[in-house]
Amino acid sequence: MDNIAGQKSGLTWAVQISTVILVVLWVLPTFGLFVSSFRTGDQISTSGWWKALTTQETQLSPIRIAGTEVERDGAFVIEGNLFASAGTTVSAWGTNSREPTALEPGETADLGDGVTLSVAADGAFVLTSPTSTADMRLPRVFTTASSPPEFTLRNYSTVLFSPLAGQSIGQAFLNTMTVAIPATIIPILVAAFAAYALAWMEFPGRALLVAAVVGLLVVPLQLALIPLLQFHNTIGIGKSYLGIWLAHTGFGLPLAIYLLRNYMVGLPRDIIENARVDGATEFQIFVKIILPLSFPALASFAIFQFLWTWNDLLVALVFLGTSNDQQVLTANLVNLLGSRGGDWEILATSAFVSIAVPLVVFFSMQRFLVRGLLAGSVK
Amino acid sequence: MNPAVVALVTVGVGVGGCILYFWLSNIVLDTLVFPARGPNAGRNITRANTVRPWLFLLPAMIALGLYLAYPVFATLWLSLNRDVGGTQQFVGLANYAQMVSEAKFWESMRNNMLWLIVVPAGATAFGLLAAQLTDRLKWGAFAKSLIFMPMAISFVGASVIWKLIYDTRPAGQEQIGILNAVYLALGGDTPQQWLQIPFWNNFFLMAVLIWIQAGFAMVILSAALRSIPEETIEAAILDGAGPFQIFFKIKVPQIMGTIVVVWTTITITVLKVFDIVLAMTNGQWETQVLANFMYDKFFRAFDVGVGSAVAMVIMLLVMPILVWNVYNVRKEMR
Repeated sequence: MDNIAGQKSGLTWAVQISTVILVVLWVLPTFGLFVSSFRTGDQISTSGWWKALTTQETQLSPIRIAGTEVERDGAFVIEGNLFASAGTTVSAWGTNSREPTALEPGETADLGDGVTLSVAADGAFVLTSPTSTADMRLPRVFTTASSPPEFTLRNYSTVLFSPLAGQSIGQAFLNTMTVAIPATIIPILVAAFAAYALAWMEFPGRALLVAAVVGLLVVPLQLALIPLLQFHNTIGIGKSYLGIWLAHTGFGLPLAIYLLRNYMVGLPRDIIENARVDGATEFQIFVKIILPLSFPALASFAIFQFLWTWNDLLVALVFLGTSNDQQVLTANLVNLLGSRGGDWEILATSAFVSIAVPLVVFFSMQRFLVRGLLAGSVK
Repeated sequence: MNPAVVALVTVGVGVGGCILYFWLSNIVLDTLVFPARGPNAGRNITRANTVRPWLFLLPAMIALGLYLAYPVFATLWLSLNRDVGGTQQFVGLANYAQMVSEAKFWESMRNNMLWLIVVPAGATAFGLLAAQLTDRLKWGAFAKSLIFMPMAISFVGASVIWKLIYDTRPAGQEQIGILNAVYLALGGDTPQQWLQIPFWNNFFLMAVLIWIQAGFAMVILSAALRSIPEETIEAAILDGAGPFQIFFKIKVPQIMGTIVVVWTTITITVLKVFDIVLAMTNGQWETQVLANFMYDKFFRAFDVGVGSAVAMVIMLLVMPILVWNVYNVRKEMR
């Protein structure tokens, strides 16, 4: 129905443009973080990520002159370059924080006592002193420089392997994986059997049980925290992986049962009745017919549960400890926000590592996710 | 042993255990308890079939009972007790009295009410807009999946993303937060500390959740829009209705039921919102919400009594939706 009568081309354009704006608005936040994760800390803190591709003229943080002195013509000279990498161009410089742009590149500053300093446009400097600089506090140079766009993978190697705030993101990543995988798989089977019983077996109280599952679907898990933690402590599990697997299984079950039951009810009655007539037991019907036919619903739930357990913070904070081998990605990220709140290169990269897996799962299995959402919202 | 190995073993044991339980319990039922032979064969089959559903349901019922139903009552009980010198003492409503005497509680209530109005409304509106806009577009599916994407991002990850947007540098320095950059470019005089402006900062936090939830609303509403009978729209066009009239007077009324479903689902998410507030402001600058207030009481003040009272308030707020859902399902089952 592309050209219904009355569809005006002006309106079509308005729709196209509005959609573009909406999409840009929705993608921009994530994109900004993504770009930031490839920039150096200096770049992030001196210019917005949207300027990452342009050559920027910024005032750099002061650089202290350093190098080995050489005695030449009766004077002591230190030569070197202010910048580690080539490509930066100095447009103005100074040796005083009050006048950071006093001098042009190539000019020479008189620092008193016969000490002079000159800085060229490419950052090369020459410091000359009549006496040895060994006991002298070397001057700081304030530069306004334009640096070319630069992208780096160093942030990723830093956050993955070095312990920031006590724990490396790599370790947290493994911990999250350890939480998410069993917590995704175990509820599926338990729920599938229950869903089959609720969908296709006749017994008194069935409607009541379905209603109970729907009720439990919205019970806030905040209520469960303290009683369950006390329960885990009583039976000796305490704060451990076993505890969080059980907790996620319990919390995930209502949705699992609800989704799977809704799906199974829609399976053709003939297949199941025929199998019953042919003498198949309920167990056989379930394993050989229902389970394979329900694959799309099982996949939907698995994706939900995986995203939920991977992204969860509250359950992990409560049911897992804070030691290195238990803290998960989200908890680590919250810690970093507190302790390294200003280090955007670390925050951005850590955040991106933590959302990478869900994004991959999301984009590769979106079809199942959408189907699950449509089946799962209570009608 | 490495936790990852333990995890794999657990998957094996868990799945294997489940299969073994279901398989064995069925065999035991069919061959030992009620064998389908001998003089009572017929009766035994009937009996076995009465018991079997409960075998299928048992593990799920235990898990649900223990991990969701029991805690509701346990929390209710905890909220009526207080730890006095190491022993639990029944104190009636004293915890609730203490809770309502705290200013932070009322701040949380006010903010939660704001969240409850703004986020479902915002997410549903944006979702509906996105669903309608992408409905007939060639690249609609692509646009949808990009708008849907934030659903996959954790609340904490989203908080980091938005903190970068709200970042503030002192006046005179180059702004790295895009909101301040835009604000200054549009003629704002000084960079704003967005998350520290009381009252309005709540809305900056809500934006994060709207951003995440709009995709959910869009997916559901988009399916609903597709299911509208084409004739109703054609009839409206023939009667001379404009595009906006078609949308608001023909389409929206027909998907009202779905809009309500989306609205209530997001409402439930909002009531549980915790991560965003914890990660972005931790309830400072008047942004506290009930779920984070409760977390504070439980795990920072170690006041289980008042914490449980707050949890019960959240439960109470969810209650109308719970009753409504159960009522609908009961109606559907008949």
